Amino acid sequence: MEIKVTVNGKKFTSDVEPRTLLVHYIREVLNLTGTNVGCDTSSCGACSLHLDGEAVKSCTVLAVQADGANITTIEGMAAADGTLHPMQQAFMENHGLQCGFCTPGMVMAATSLLEENPNPTEEEVRIGLEGNLCRCTGYHNIVKAVMAAAGK
Amino acid sequence: MIPAAFDYVRAGSAAEAISLIGQHGSDAKFIAGGHSLLPMMKLRLAQPAILVDISRISDLSYIKDAGDHIAIGAMTRHMDVEKSPVLAQHVPLLAHAAGHVGDPQVRHRGTIGGSIAHADPASDLPATTLALGATYVVQGPNGTREIAASDFYKSFLESDLAEDEMLTEIRVPKMNGAGWSFLKFNRRAQDWAIVGVAAWRGANGSGVGLVNMGQTPILASSVSTALAGGSSIADAAALAVDDAQPSADNNATVEYRTHLAKVLVRRALEHASA
Repeated sequence: MEIKVTVNGKKFTSDVEPRTLLVHYIREVLNLTGTNVGCDTSSCGACSLHLDGEAVKSCTVLAVQADGANITTIEGMAAADGTLHPMQQAFMENHGLQCGFCTPGMVMAATSLLEENPNPTEEEVRIGLEGNLCRCTGYHNIVKAVMAAAGK
Repeated sequence: MIPAAFDYVRAGSAAEAISLIGQHGSDAKFIAGGHSLLPMMKLRLAQPAILVDISRISDLSYIKDAGDHIAIGAMTRHMDVEKSPVLAQHVPLLAHAAGHVGDPQVRHRGTIGGSIAHADPASDLPATTLALGATYVVQGPNGTREIAASDFYKSFLESDLAEDEMLTEIRVPKMNGAGWSFLKFNRRAQDWAIVGVAAWRGANGSGVGLVNMGQTPILASSVSTALAGGSSIADAAALAVDDAQPSADNNATVEYRTHLAKVLVRRALEHASA
């Protein structure tokens, strides 16, 4: 089935099998491998990206369901000149990562969180990131990074 | 994990969706947000030959004040239920419970209609709407009918919906200032409840719904009857499992679940009555 999507500002038209998961389309057709597959069961959040501006778990969305959507992946967060998104910068400055596997999903979930709640408390950040697991258990600095990105 | 191959069609209206599902019978499934169905398809627990995508039927996404109740379109996403000012004012228990479904990413996709039609006893919104005395509106080839939530859930993942019927609206009575509480006991924030309780208590009585305490979401009628008869909260909560059939799983034994339900119902009623 033919789908048309805009990913990180670029338009794509692709023919996909209906059973193709959005994360596989992004990684294997568009070769945007920053979005990771972790648990593959909508638990861990490593595959989070923005679908029409909101974080979703792309392992639990069919590519055909995203037809017509505007998608942003981790590759689309930095500016064209390489300037990091404020959330990426905050993760770097606060050492909000250890192995880095969960980081793209964390950044996408955290930016979606601040979009909905620009002024969160630390507790709201922790609750807001409930859908993202860090197996290094590096949550403390991740929360610090999100608070820093929120200007706190 | 990749689901088995299937065909995919998109419906522009409820009537078109019902017509499409009618053409394909039991080989077809509706898909809305897909957050119950796709995980089952990835595990091959569900293997439909054709998916009818109803998520783009935008006129089924709404939350309206309809006088004595709030009418919610089946395609309304959990996030929109959670953030609804109308529900915050008139049915705060449902808005709060919707905020505990899955996690924010799941709530951006999953719909209230999908959750109820899936009829999972471990899901939050079936038990919550049951406790609130909701009515579900379903549409089929011969028109619409209304089903009381208390008549809807038949067995594990089985509802009163016929194969060619689609849930279109959820009608939830206004709470009129009744006290309420929603308690969800789990190990990790995003998990399903090991036991969950949705309770309200007001001038018109009370309602207690239990999550993950049987093959269907459970209405703890014995608790409400006892309260109406003048029982104390502690005595009424002791009846919490009289209407339930809890089973054991990796998280809890029957005995543990039974104990937990009684404790959570007591706490929820104390909070709702405060």
